[in-house]
Amino acid sequence: MSDVLEKRSTMPVDRRGHCASGPPILRVEGLKRDYAQPSDLIDRIGRRLQGKGKPPLVRAVMGVDLDVFHGEVLAVVGESGCGKTTLGRMLAGIIPPTAGRIEYQGQDIAAMSAQDRRRYELGVQMIFQDPFSSLNPRMRVRDIIGEAPVVHGIVGRREVDDYVSELLTKVGLDPDYRERYPHQFSGGQRQRIGVARALALKPKVIVCDEAVAALDVSIQAQVLNLFMDLRRDFDLTYVFISHNLGVVSHIADRVAIMYLGRIVELASAEQVFSQAAHPYTHALLKELPRLSPGKRRFDPIVGELPSPANPPAGCAFHPRCPKVMERCHDDRPLLQGIGPGHQSACHLNEVMPGMEMPVATPRYLKRTVEGRE
Amino acid sequence: MSPIESGHGGDLLLDVQGLKTWFYTRDGIVKAVDGVSLQLKRGEILGLVGESGSGKSVTGFSIMGLVGERGKVHAECIRFDGVDLLKADAEQMRRLRGGRLAMIFQDPMMTLNPTLRIDTQMIEAVQAHDQVSKKAARDRALQVLKMVGIPAPEDRLKVYPHHLSGGMRQRIAIAIALLNGPKLIIADEPTTALDVTIQGQILYEVQKLCREMGTALIWITHDLALVSGLADRMAVMYAGRIVECTGTETLITHAQHPYTHGLMASIPSLETRGHPLFQIPGSTPSLLSLPQGCPFRNRCYRADAQCTYSPDLLPVGPGHEVSCWHSGVRHE
Amino acid sequence: MSQVIEPVHDAAVAPTLRAPVDRWRRFRQQFASSTVAMVGLFVLVLVILAAVFAPWLAPQNPFDLATLDILDAKLPPGSKNFDGSLTYWLGTDGQARDILSAILYGMRISLFVGFVSVSCAFLIGAVVGLVAAYFGGRMDALLMRLVDMQLSFPSILVALVLLAVLGKGVDKVIIALIVVQWAYFARAARAAAIVERNKEYVEAARCMALSWHRILWRHVFPNCIPPLMVIATIDLAHAIALEATLSFLGVGVPVTEPSLGMLISNGFEFLLSGTYWICFFPGIALAIVVVAINLVGDHLRDILNPRNEV
Repeated sequence: MSDVLEKRSTMPVDRRGHCASGPPILRVEGLKRDYAQPSDLIDRIGRRLQGKGKPPLVRAVMGVDLDVFHGEVLAVVGESGCGKTTLGRMLAGIIPPTAGRIEYQGQDIAAMSAQDRRRYELGVQMIFQDPFSSLNPRMRVRDIIGEAPVVHGIVGRREVDDYVSELLTKVGLDPDYRERYPHQFSGGQRQRIGVARALALKPKVIVCDEAVAALDVSIQAQVLNLFMDLRRDFDLTYVFISHNLGVVSHIADRVAIMYLGRIVELASAEQVFSQAAHPYTHALLKELPRLSPGKRRFDPIVGELPSPANPPAGCAFHPRCPKVMERCHDDRPLLQGIGPGHQSACHLNEVMPGMEMPVATPRYLKRTVEGRE
Repeated sequence: MSPIESGHGGDLLLDVQGLKTWFYTRDGIVKAVDGVSLQLKRGEILGLVGESGSGKSVTGFSIMGLVGERGKVHAECIRFDGVDLLKADAEQMRRLRGGRLAMIFQDPMMTLNPTLRIDTQMIEAVQAHDQVSKKAARDRALQVLKMVGIPAPEDRLKVYPHHLSGGMRQRIAIAIALLNGPKLIIADEPTTALDVTIQGQILYEVQKLCREMGTALIWITHDLALVSGLADRMAVMYAGRIVECTGTETLITHAQHPYTHGLMASIPSLETRGHPLFQIPGSTPSLLSLPQGCPFRNRCYRADAQCTYSPDLLPVGPGHEVSCWHSGVRHE
Repeated sequence: MSQVIEPVHDAAVAPTLRAPVDRWRRFRQQFASSTVAMVGLFVLVLVILAAVFAPWLAPQNPFDLATLDILDAKLPPGSKNFDGSLTYWLGTDGQARDILSAILYGMRISLFVGFVSVSCAFLIGAVVGLVAAYFGGRMDALLMRLVDMQLSFPSILVALVLLAVLGKGVDKVIIALIVVQWAYFARAARAAAIVERNKEYVEAARCMALSWHRILWRHVFPNCIPPLMVIATIDLAHAIALEATLSFLGVGVPVTEPSLGMLISNGFEFLLSGTYWICFFPGIALAIVVVAINLVGDHLRDILNPRNEV
């Protein structure tokens, strides 16, 4: 698999359209994660008798190259089985990758000294999806937030109380709440506690794994605003994992679309929402519910989500693609640059003489009232 | 609270007036539904929208008679297709449920028994309401599966639920709901747990089926934007009451209740890029201790002393009801 | 009405925090809902108090040979000693020991052996189970095979063999009981820990680079306690009954520190010959203790069922 040209030409653009400068704060190359399906002795004997080999590996992440630049919000979007959750956990250091490199602030983490390794582990923190199981029900808020900073020497044992109170204020909670247990809080408040816990370690990058998916719309708005304020106040970088393109359209600077363990499109937010190049991105954008007065004509793509244990040959999306061609069945398209800061993995995008690059029709950007059908 | 009927009167399929479902717990009375009235015409699609704790799911369960022992359902009137549901006994309710009145749940495993094959369950569902032979029941099951757009329905009948993906299971749950030609389907967040592309497929099927079979539908959800593309009318619930109820187009363009304004403004999208999202301050009050008067009072940007008195659901336009002392279109 | 609104403190709005439903209060309420369990708890508390204060409650110290008068042997319940100063409420045994006092002292031994062995088995089993669950793979397989081996032998058999090797003595009995019981705790702890290790707060702890032993001890273990507590109460009854059996068979505690089992054993030969009280009353006492513990344990299991999570 030859290295692709122009891979590094993804120039990130921030909200105002300026290019973010400097080297990436986090870079992954060829990141892979496989899961072996657990099989015990009986299972192995059974398989041997049936003439099958080893059980197939579940390839959750199949080779991801990604740069995360300082101060940006990089959204990773996809549905079940695309590997975004696994990718997030590998970035945060919770799961080790099966293959590939992770570089933090320019250094390969595999070659880091223990001190630098610790800096990386604390520097990338995570906020989880489920507000109900992401906080230890038997620990007080004070300990949930304050335990790790004390253990790692960020704050002394005597100062931790004030430190926790300060953090709680910053996330919009009453400092007196630190004596309470998680079950006494609502979902939105628990997410805030989770944010405070992540902030307590003074991270540089926060991976938000569907952090607002379980919240009501009105609470979601509060928490999203909080994220944006904290980014400004603490100079943070976000990797925002989500399946909800509406939320992503609001906060992301760049968007990576994942399908079955690979990135299929990577571009700035503006490019994704107006000039998406990959058919899967088009499909996701079509499903984006818009507050429209008229009735929608639903036009979904067919087929089921593929399972990582049994991926289709060639392009993973070809069984469902409305624009599928002959070569998509056998030839997997690579992620290639197709424009400034825009990468896509689709044969349709290969700029060949005589072939027009398809541009997404921005139907969903039109604000005309479509009227009743 | 007796609102006028929306649209041209007569021939209501469902008429609910003054529905209250209270749960008596050790910590007090949880007023999950506190005075809900809604009407549905034949073939109409109603979107019942609310956040968690708004009582939308409990409303659906109350109409179906599926509220547990701890909850007491009172209402002035619940009439479905000419039957008074309040006076119906257990046997009558059983005949209605799964027959003329069907329900789809958020988790398809609430409909499907994991230990039975799909065909067994579907045949059982048919034979519970109709005295037909097994073969006839099976044929009807096949027919319905085709209607719901399930590929290779013959094969699907022979498997167990755990062999199927989440989206497929939900489609089968919908098929089971359709088996006996229901007049009304109550769908409680049926696509919330599904992926976006699968959600689109289900919405497409449901829209097509409701048109073809003339089935009325109550789609309960927290996603206003999603249901706005499907529903004829929408009702917004907060803390157990309906705060606004009107046609979809009117709601999106001329909503009058401050909560509806807040809800629509908090939805993140391309248009809200670059600015902080509008946020309704605070959070839903505990249903154990609702504030006096209007439950939205503490979070409302229009609240004043008047709001300590509970507002009624009153008409503010043709087919448009709002429960607010200060109802009015939002001014930018 | 502008679109931009300042983020508001949650606290500034009407109290949105749920009233601090005290876990303890809720737990006590739930426990009190069963009269039967409350009766069991009451009896258990009485028994424990009686055992602890035995030296003061008992009319006589039955193991102080100087106070015994052989002429008072095998007196029926209610009779008095020769100078009327002492009433043998439950009669005397073959060596003129007051049965009531003997029961009180015997319960001390039984309860002591029971509590100590269950506590140690709890700790050992919990550690083994947690480590097995957290590390999974080979470690898990190895430890669980040990547990399975342990559980495949009947407990009496294992205890008998151990005591034959170790000899008599309260401490030896405790060791034997620990060896017999730890496996149940290990299995329960592993099951609970497997559920907990997949929860997001454990992932959060790993993300924060906390050491594995800290995560196991401070994060996972406290959440595994409910099922272990249930097993502990039921096991306590089991341990006491087991110890009584061993003493009955003559391999348990030595004669100088007789437990209820030994008392039953002593009186067994007289059971059908008229002097029933020597065996009967210690037997009743044992049954009361075991039943009381079981009632409490049963109800505890119902309340601490994760489905009814507080």
